[in-house]
Amino acid sequence: MRRLREFWRRYRRNVLAVAAFGVLLVVVAMAVFADLLYPKGPWEMVTRPFLWPGDRAQHLLGSDMLGRDVMAGIVHGSRVSLLIGVVATAVAFIIGILVGATAGYFRGSVDDILMRFTEIFQTIPPFMFLIVLVAIFKPSVTTITLAIGIVSWPTLARLVRSEFLTLRERDFVQAGFVIGMSNTRIILTQILPNALPPVIVTSSVIVATAIINESALSFLGLGDPNLMSWGTMIGAGRQVLRNAWYLTALPGIAILLTVLALNIAGDGLNDALNPRLKSG
Amino acid sequence: MMRFIARRLLQAFPAVFGIIIINFFVLHLAPGDAADVLAGEAGAANEAYMKQLRETFGLDEPLHVQLYEYVINILHLNLGYSFRHNMAVFDLIADRLPATLWLMLSAVFLAVGLGILLGVTSARFVNTIVDRIASVLALLCYSTPVFWIGLMMIVLFSVELGWLPSGGFETIGADYTGVDRVLDVTRHTLMPALALSLFYLAVYARLMRASMLEVYRLDFVTTAHAKGLSPARVAFKHVLRNALLPVVTMAGLHLGGMLGGAVVVEVVFSWPGIGRLAFDAIFQRDFNLVLSILVLSSVLVIVINLAVDLLYAWLDPRIEIR
Repeated sequence: MRRLREFWRRYRRNVLAVAAFGVLLVVVAMAVFADLLYPKGPWEMVTRPFLWPGDRAQHLLGSDMLGRDVMAGIVHGSRVSLLIGVVATAVAFIIGILVGATAGYFRGSVDDILMRFTEIFQTIPPFMFLIVLVAIFKPSVTTITLAIGIVSWPTLARLVRSEFLTLRERDFVQAGFVIGMSNTRIILTQILPNALPPVIVTSSVIVATAIINESALSFLGLGDPNLMSWGTMIGAGRQVLRNAWYLTALPGIAILLTVLALNIAGDGLNDALNPRLKSG
Repeated sequence: MMRFIARRLLQAFPAVFGIIIINFFVLHLAPGDAADVLAGEAGAANEAYMKQLRETFGLDEPLHVQLYEYVINILHLNLGYSFRHNMAVFDLIADRLPATLWLMLSAVFLAVGLGILLGVTSARFVNTIVDRIASVLALLCYSTPVFWIGLMMIVLFSVELGWLPSGGFETIGADYTGVDRVLDVTRHTLMPALALSLFYLAVYARLMRASMLEVYRLDFVTTAHAKGLSPARVAFKHVLRNALLPVVTMAGLHLGGMLGGAVVVEVVFSWPGIGRLAFDAIFQRDFNLVLSILVLSSVLVIVINLAVDLLYAWLDPRIEIR
């Protein structure tokens, strides 16, 4: 608890990062309370079509070509973006830590083989690989999340590996060897906790990328057909781009703000966790 | 030099092989094959017809035989036939590749050029208001979804202002020649290339700023100043050349990502490249075409990385090409 307070004290110094944290809180609140705010859901036709933002007070952001409330879509869409963004990052974390820790800890030929394997995944253009995976396994929340996780892990694996390579040589880890700790115990209790801070900092960027990837998939028509997502809204708005560009602009601004907030928060996190590295 | 290239090509071989195998298995895990799709569309899905289709395309062979034949075929640069387009896959891709390469080249050019400009400006006016504005600009570019900014550009520059065409590679049916054609293609390229470049532009601007500031602190720069060289000469001749290294490396590493981004941009701007081809092929379940585009893009990434290594060695004489 004390460490958390100390962390917050450092994080607070960066005004922009605090604002970003505020934006993220709003997005999380939208996702959590979506059903309370718009109990009819995002698909319900509630008013006349093509209501421009500001035309009517109860539909603040206007309505789409079928008379559905844009604000309801954005609020419900935040669920898909956050859920897929966070869970896909967790998937990437698990694969990345597993591969990176094994390679960095055992070194030698294990390291060689695992890194060649990682390189292969880094060579395949990630977004192309992503749309192929999703298209083949039929788009659904599960397949999209797993596929984004599968294309995102190599960066994390490399990061974890390099941390493990240096940490392994440190005295406290060597002491673990001397007193006969098992490999698993050394990895889990000695090295991993110390390797985590840079990985956590990177995670906010990976969540941001995952959100952008999810929206791009939905935009291309490869999203979960049962869920309203920001990318889906942009894809639908594109059909009427010439007459009602606000239908494309608004969900895009939602994505932009969320991703921007994640990136700024990531920078703030970095400065707060590694005060020595503060640039500038 | 030749030995360096040969060694790198040899190193790339297992990677290419791995990519082929991964892609092959991924695509064969798919429910339903090309025969299902074709038979479904012909409206005559009886057993005999399906069997005949599968035999024609070799889909009835065991998986390992199909894989073996596929690898052998790829080694002979025979990528098979697209049932859809009634065209050899290799010709189909070769037909569309130049448009994608042109788009990527333009985007790299914009990203590196504008990124360096922004980064150098930031470094020159470090910690001033100029630096801050440049940082915010970079952060915005970094966080914007490429397909969305593309659509917004169309709204602004094509629909509202009417300055630029909203899509395509050139004006169809205009039959421009010479300079007119170059201008026409440039006008069509501007928006997609800019949309594709924004993310990378931001990365290079940040990188360039950090890298310039680092090099400025080094002894040889002080020496250059001390021997009376003009600040501009120091900046361009000494600092810039050395600060470029990380940007060149990153630009090379980013090309794979850019190919992925090209898919989205090509869809937004109806660009006739391999990204659109892959996108269409996915919806038509033309497995072989999708597979080939993925493999070929990956090989392209490997080749470009090799080129970047050579460029790197040229920029930094400390790295010897052996």
